Amino acid sequence: MKNANALRPSTLVPLLVFAGLAAVPLVATAMDQPFYIAFFGRIVIYAIAASALNLALGYGGLVSFGHALFLGLGGYAVAMPSFMNIGDGWIHLVLCLVASGVTALITGLISLRTSGIAFIMITLAFAQMGYFLFVSLKNFGGDDGIPVTFTSRFGPVDLGSPMTVYVVSLVVLMLTTWWLARLRVSPFGMTLRGAQQNARRINAIGLNALRYQLAAYVLSGMLCAVAGMLLANLNAYVSPSTLSWTVSGELIVMVVLGGIGSVFAPLLGALVFLGLEELLKAFTEHWMAIFGPLIVLMALAGKRGIVGLLQRLDQPPPAAARGVESVHVKGEAG
Amino acid sequence: MSGTLLLAQTLNGLQYGVLLFLLAAGLTLVFGIMSFVNLAHGSLYMMGAYSAAVAREATGSFAIAVLAAAGVALVLGMVLELAVVSRLYRRDHLDHVLATFGLVLFFNELVRMVWGPQPYFVQVPELLSGTVDLFGFTYPSYRFAIIAAGLLVAGGSYLLIHKTRVGMLIRAGAQNPQMVGALGVNIRLLNALLFGLGAMLAGLAGAVAGPILSVQSGMGEPVLITTLVVIVIGGIGSVSGAFYAALIVGLVDTLGRAFLPMMLRQVAERPIADAAGPALASMSVYFLMAIVLAFRPQGLFPIKQG
Repeated sequence: MKNANALRPSTLVPLLVFAGLAAVPLVATAMDQPFYIAFFGRIVIYAIAASALNLALGYGGLVSFGHALFLGLGGYAVAMPSFMNIGDGWIHLVLCLVASGVTALITGLISLRTSGIAFIMITLAFAQMGYFLFVSLKNFGGDDGIPVTFTSRFGPVDLGSPMTVYVVSLVVLMLTTWWLARLRVSPFGMTLRGAQQNARRINAIGLNALRYQLAAYVLSGMLCAVAGMLLANLNAYVSPSTLSWTVSGELIVMVVLGGIGSVFAPLLGALVFLGLEELLKAFTEHWMAIFGPLIVLMALAGKRGIVGLLQRLDQPPPAAARGVESVHVKGEAG
Repeated sequence: MSGTLLLAQTLNGLQYGVLLFLLAAGLTLVFGIMSFVNLAHGSLYMMGAYSAAVAREATGSFAIAVLAAAGVALVLGMVLELAVVSRLYRRDHLDHVLATFGLVLFFNELVRMVWGPQPYFVQVPELLSGTVDLFGFTYPSYRFAIIAAGLLVAGGSYLLIHKTRVGMLIRAGAQNPQMVGALGVNIRLLNALLFGLGAMLAGLAGAVAGPILSVQSGMGEPVLITTLVVIVIGGIGSVSGAFYAALIVGLVDTLGRAFLPMMLRQVAERPIADAAGPALASMSVYFLMAIVLAFRPQGLFPIKQG
């Protein structure tokens, strides 16, 4: 049974993507193209951030339009100690988790008093607050941002080289995906998803929906900050633009593009989003004029995303089984 | 702090507030009545500003520029409503955010393609380029004109909503769109008209703001986000709430920027005050919004239901 599950396109494709990502360092080194490490590193890190958002948005139904705030907090948790010549990765990590956790707790407590449109607006407003805070911190570069001179060093592991960041990020992404897959079907995840559908019923059976949503929001913010920390190390540079509202929007697009609420959605969404961006950039400098309408079309088409498409391949059509499906049927029989 | 500085900054705050109201009026109606999250409202403002700048260059007349901006924004708003927005009313807010986010990216890039990345500067109209003398204190007359025009629009929209047949339909549509539709009113046309009207006000705001701000790609987003703050503070869907909240936000933001650093310097050491002052000032309206939402999640002036 387990084997048959792994051979479904909706599981097989993400697993192949993971295998491909694991092969990137070898291929890039063989081809002597360090650019690919940085490029796929960005994809992996954004996939972590999108996974974090998927926890709040996909499982919890909390349309947070301010997750860039946490990405930026994670970045500055590296850049600010580095500015003061502190390169100890554990200090960076603790600072990152504490800052994002406390911020998420406070903003979550206020934001969750509202719902619907107001929740979207208030999360956006908090992210803007963070953006302007870092813009006005002139000691830390203000608008221009600051370079990260002391990258996070965890004992022998120094996140100074793109290769190390890549490997660490990929491990973090794999652990995150595994954890979120477990969480999704755990009592916590079930309650959270139940609250998304009907919070009153969750309350009526004696659970406090708000508490679960707040916990999901805080966990999501902290995980997103870890992604920000990795991103700061990869770029060796942090600026307030990491906190800009378009980044929050891009994260939402990645989650929805992948297939909101499903385990592999953030990975597939980040891969296709950033891959498409790179392709269009090679084609024209005005790539956003093509990308924007594509997002509109995606919104109009509904939101089962890439995972939704793959799931459609899972069920063999009753009569004519084409190539892909027949392989799949064979797999299930075996 | 001197009295004239305070007066000047208060007027600046009012002028900013009035500008915010022009944007907030349309947005809050679309939010409240169609329950639609429209991030592209800032793009309509930007398109208005560019239309005005182009028309101004071609004809030299500011009046024609303003009319062109309003016209372009009206048509663009109605086209967007029919092509994209109307298909999304029944979907949830996430789809609204996505679609209008895509539109924002598109319009910002479109503007960059056509007019280039460098900002455009628009001259203040000849007639209003002077200053007004108020008891020995001078203030640019163009800014006075903005305040006056904004108050005029506010009064006009009050009359439109409360005294005309269209306004009655809009109010009815807000309460029960199915019933209004059942009574034989073309609710789709009404929605398109309402959306277009909001877009027109946004375009108008863009045209009026052109001479004081620089006209460039992405100019719509900062002001859009402040407008969202206004709407949330005022109570979603309430035009009069949007009016009061716009003035409050305009004043808090302007006075905060002008006086917070100065006031901090009196209680804290200079380097700390210089660092914290501007930071606190630019965050002040978001603080205001967080406080309002924490105590009154429905906003300060919520619309009365039923």
